[in-house]
Amino acid sequence: MIEAILVEGLIYGIMVLGVFITFRVLDFPDLTVDGSFPLGAALMVQGILLGMNGWLALLIAFIGGVIAGVVTALIHNHLKVPNLLAGILTMTMLYSINIRILGNRANVPVLDQETLLSDVSSRLSGVVPDEYIMLLFFVVVALVIKLLVDMFFRTDLGMTIGAMGNNEQMIISQGINPKTLKTIGLGLSNGLVAVSGAFAAQYLGFADVGLGQGIIISGLASVMIGEFLIMKSNKIGILTLCALAGSVLFHAVMYVGRYYGYVIDMTPNDLNLIKGLLIIVLLIITQARKFNMATFKAMVQK
Amino acid sequence: MIAIKNAAVIFNQGTVNENQALRDINLNVKEGDFITIIGSNGAGKSTLFNLIAGTITPATGSIHVNGRNVTREPEFKRAQYIGRIFQNPLLGTASNMSLEDNMMITYRKGFKWLKRSLNNKMREYFSSELVQLKMGLEQRMKENLVMFSGGQRQALTLLMMVLSKPALILLDEHTAALDPKNAEIVLELTDKFIKEHKLTSMMITHNMSHAIEYGNRLLMMDQGEIIFDVSGDAKKELTVEKLIEKFHELRHHGFENDRALLAE
Repeated sequence: MIEAILVEGLIYGIMVLGVFITFRVLDFPDLTVDGSFPLGAALMVQGILLGMNGWLALLIAFIGGVIAGVVTALIHNHLKVPNLLAGILTMTMLYSINIRILGNRANVPVLDQETLLSDVSSRLSGVVPDEYIMLLFFVVVALVIKLLVDMFFRTDLGMTIGAMGNNEQMIISQGINPKTLKTIGLGLSNGLVAVSGAFAAQYLGFADVGLGQGIIISGLASVMIGEFLIMKSNKIGILTLCALAGSVLFHAVMYVGRYYGYVIDMTPNDLNLIKGLLIIVLLIITQARKFNMATFKAMVQK
Repeated sequence: MIAIKNAAVIFNQGTVNENQALRDINLNVKEGDFITIIGSNGAGKSTLFNLIAGTITPATGSIHVNGRNVTREPEFKRAQYIGRIFQNPLLGTASNMSLEDNMMITYRKGFKWLKRSLNNKMREYFSSELVQLKMGLEQRMKENLVMFSGGQRQALTLLMMVLSKPALILLDEHTAALDPKNAEIVLELTDKFIKEHKLTSMMITHNMSHAIEYGNRLLMMDQGEIIFDVSGDAKKELTVEKLIEKFHELRHHGFENDRALLAE
């Protein structure tokens, strides 16, 4: 059970890193995610079915995600469409594109195919106990991606993107076009989301066009849970670690809901409601915390 | 260096709220000029800056920088050679980033690539520059800017702008949101930097005595027009009283209302 939660948490954690980049670093609520996650899954599965090298298929999934993000950025930047609507537009168009990629089918299985994961399993079999192979693999994958994201945000370009989310005027005053930075940030974010979708498809054994439904809510809830773990920090390494941890915790909650929810007569169909309520509860607690801090400060000053 | 030719700016054109913010402005800014600008609220001072910085484009007329027509050039491109400081001290820096990261982003203008320039050599350079502010900020390089006061942040914005060597700097009442002590410190730093680096600058102020004390040229604006332009020795002889008298002579309306505001 624990391995399953951790593995799921880490796979979706890559998506949470993407959501963290848009919502927290760029300050751009990007809903493209609901389309770019199944896009990654579809590209990966189709790549496997065509007999492509697994890593190459993964790269294609990443590039597909980047393009999806760039499209949202272009719609927002050049047509002056509000950011939420731009994301919804791309997401809606991706629904049709994803079905196309899957060969006009809504669900394509890869259970009997050679995937990246089955390849890794067969290589590590015997070296590592079978039940821990996936866990070990995804710990490494998630950490490598996390470290790459950290490195990116420590470069000059990454820092300017971080500053733009905070203060767009400052970036304009530096002679930098904020549109370019938004395009880069959204591309990167959706690329990560697509990679997450690609791994999820292999782990689940199929790609489904509905795989991304409500994924943005899962991502956002995970980011918020992660932020609960620490007091404020501006260290990118800590923030991304919290995003991953938040994802694992979120999946633990969902796991419990899925397998033990029947005790209180809950069905898997209730999970979306639970996700939404979880976010609302987190928001209420955050507000209460802020309020407490403010009253506390006021009292100290008196 | 900067030439504005017959520029007019109209807000809400064609509606009942139509407002002519700038009327037929002609202005030549020479290299090395330090121009102070005064005028009551709504006189068009900030609109003039927005026009020069590229935040707005004029309805008619043109703007030239060193002979090049930049009327249609977007704000971020003009920012490559124009430095601007706003009244709000929060606009110049990123609150949730450290001091050294902020300096890294701003010490040089333009797009930044995928390399990591922040190293110990840069840190030494930044801290040696920060010493000039005499605020002890060189000891706080890793702190988030949220922890800094408005005066410190404005001084920092000023320093970083100077380091990026702009051809023209626009100061839009950059000390108005600060307490009197900090305002004085920032203003003195401004004057020092402008003299040291021979910066061409324009400064909007609500304080008449500052407008007279600093700079080599003074513009008075009213209702979208430059009504008084004085420089050199004539400016040195100005006093607050003479300025108010001058305004009265040129315009016969509501100055008394503005008097308190202008003279502070």
